[in-house]
Amino acid sequence: MLTRVSTYLYQRPRLILFLLLGPPMIYFLVVYLGSLIALLLNSFYYLEEFTGLVVREFTLETYGELFTPSNLGIFLRTAGMAAAVTVADALIAFPLAYYIAKFASPRARTWLYIAVTLPLWSSYLVRVYAWKLILAKEGIVSWFFEALRIDFALDWILSIPSIGGSSLSLSPIGMFIAFAYIWLPYMIVPIQTALERVPKSLLEASGDLGAKPAQTFRKIILPLAFPGVVAGSIFTFSLTLGDFIVPQSLGNSRYFIGQAVYAHQGTSGNIPLAAAFTMGPVVIMLAYLLIARKLGAFDAL
Amino acid sequence: MKLSAPAIQFEKVSRYFGEVKAVDAVDLEIRDGEFFSMLGPSGSGKTTCLRMIAGFDRPTSGRIILYGQDVSTLPPYERDVNTVFQDYALFPHMTVGENVAYGLMIRKVAKAEQMKRMEEMLDLVQLAGYAARKPSQLSGGQRQRVALARALINHPKVLLLDEPLGALDLKLRQQMQVELKAIQKRVGITFIFVTHDQEEALTMSDRIAVFRDGKIEQIGSPADVYERPATPFVAGFVGTSNLVSGDMAARITGDAQTFSVRPEKIHLAAPGQTVANDAYSADGVIRDVVYLGLFTRYLVELDGGGDLVVVEQNLKSTSMDVLKARGRAVRLLWNRDHISRVGG
Repeated sequence: MLTRVSTYLYQRPRLILFLLLGPPMIYFLVVYLGSLIALLLNSFYYLEEFTGLVVREFTLETYGELFTPSNLGIFLRTAGMAAAVTVADALIAFPLAYYIAKFASPRARTWLYIAVTLPLWSSYLVRVYAWKLILAKEGIVSWFFEALRIDFALDWILSIPSIGGSSLSLSPIGMFIAFAYIWLPYMIVPIQTALERVPKSLLEASGDLGAKPAQTFRKIILPLAFPGVVAGSIFTFSLTLGDFIVPQSLGNSRYFIGQAVYAHQGTSGNIPLAAAFTMGPVVIMLAYLLIARKLGAFDAL
Repeated sequence: MKLSAPAIQFEKVSRYFGEVKAVDAVDLEIRDGEFFSMLGPSGSGKTTCLRMIAGFDRPTSGRIILYGQDVSTLPPYERDVNTVFQDYALFPHMTVGENVAYGLMIRKVAKAEQMKRMEEMLDLVQLAGYAARKPSQLSGGQRQRVALARALINHPKVLLLDEPLGALDLKLRQQMQVELKAIQKRVGITFIFVTHDQEEALTMSDRIAVFRDGKIEQIGSPADVYERPATPFVAGFVGTSNLVSGDMAARITGDAQTFSVRPEKIHLAAPGQTVANDAYSADGVIRDVVYLGLFTRYLVELDGGGDLVVVEQNLKSTSMDVLKARGRAVRLLWNRDHISRVGG
């Protein structure tokens, strides 16, 4: 019986393909892309102010609302934070990834890999609240500054307008620290993978042809690791763009995109505006990827 | 004839990896302008020696001298030596032209000069017109040539080649052997060639060093190494050899000392054929025949015990003739000069 089924299938390769690929494809098309399309559609509807009901008519009015000064501020603030977090993570991740990929023994590599991904095993909320405590006014960071009698430095940092605040946990700096920590593994792993694929003989060949280590880094290692950096930055950038827990727990009262979406679709029931806000990060990411491609990030793939 | 300074000297060079003596107190002198091969099985230390000349590895003890200068502790980028890697190690994100010009670009040679020399080099390796391609668009043989052009563009004093032909198929390998030799003659640079292929070493080299267990067993011209192997290992590793010792040696030469004799030096003759004064002889029966096209290999069991391999060219015989030889009684004859005492 089983033989007959397998013979039947063997003679119909298209049927096998359909059976294997069908379910995930349907899931992908309906649930995954379908919800994105629903989102896109909703962003072209508008909320009738008076009745508080969504009017299902095509309009660009909702998108127009995004361009008020306060909403533009939300986009700039969020994109700026995402960029800062991405740059910081890339700078921290690269040396670590390079060490793990090229110098650590196979045994140490396994342990380091576990250490890097270990934080992802625990709840994201717990880690955000841990940072809230660490950065709080009476927290360990300010205690540390005081113990070293350099609390004036902390006060000076917190007094910087627009990134400072009354304490680290209530300032954009604190958010930045928490974001950079939380997304770091998403930057290390792709860079490490890219570097592992660079054979040692390429680095030896570069040195052999007269390149000093710094030149080998610039001409060989960096270009070949660049796709990994871009892959990592897509994670750190888009995760920061969409997050609403960290800004809510750690920031000041100024909104980020995630919070705006949360507020509009929740309390005010303005689904169209929430959808339009969500399209913001999509557009920003598209622009980012186009620029990355222009810079040759995907040439070595 | 003026004797120029040796290209490379090894003075008691050792390299240990933990307990393993990869290279064990090697003394070596490579002459200026020669094609020198390091031959040996894998793990014999030949590649480690090459890597120490390039600077990728440092000796645990001893000194490496390059044209009179002690380079033992210099990093690779300060040595006037370039390498062709076993896996070619072409930079995948650069074009063929950028790969070849890399050494010049690093040295900040003027752009126009870079272009000119890059094209000369591609000409030399018969890849003119390939500068704009990516390495991934080339065949194995073409990548090999790019690697060679890239290594030669800096005009190094010594070119190191680490089993560069290993990944190529037989036809291409034989063609590259001839080309490499021709290129070496043209550029006049000392070539140091690492291989485990004895035929390759014999074909191309001016001299060969045979490595075993981190030590050099013998250094000499291909003819030296082949005709007069110094040790049983060399006799066995370079070509095939009959190694005769003990009773069997005593019966043939009257002396129990081990000797080796190449299969092609032995002639098959009719039983009872007269033995000349300068020849050795042995009587036996042909036990096995392997027809190999160009020649035939016979396994002859000697009457007093032991066996010898004999190879004869199929000048007149056909496969039908040679296969009928199985079971025939023969007398083996060979010139006394053609044995090599290999003490052991």
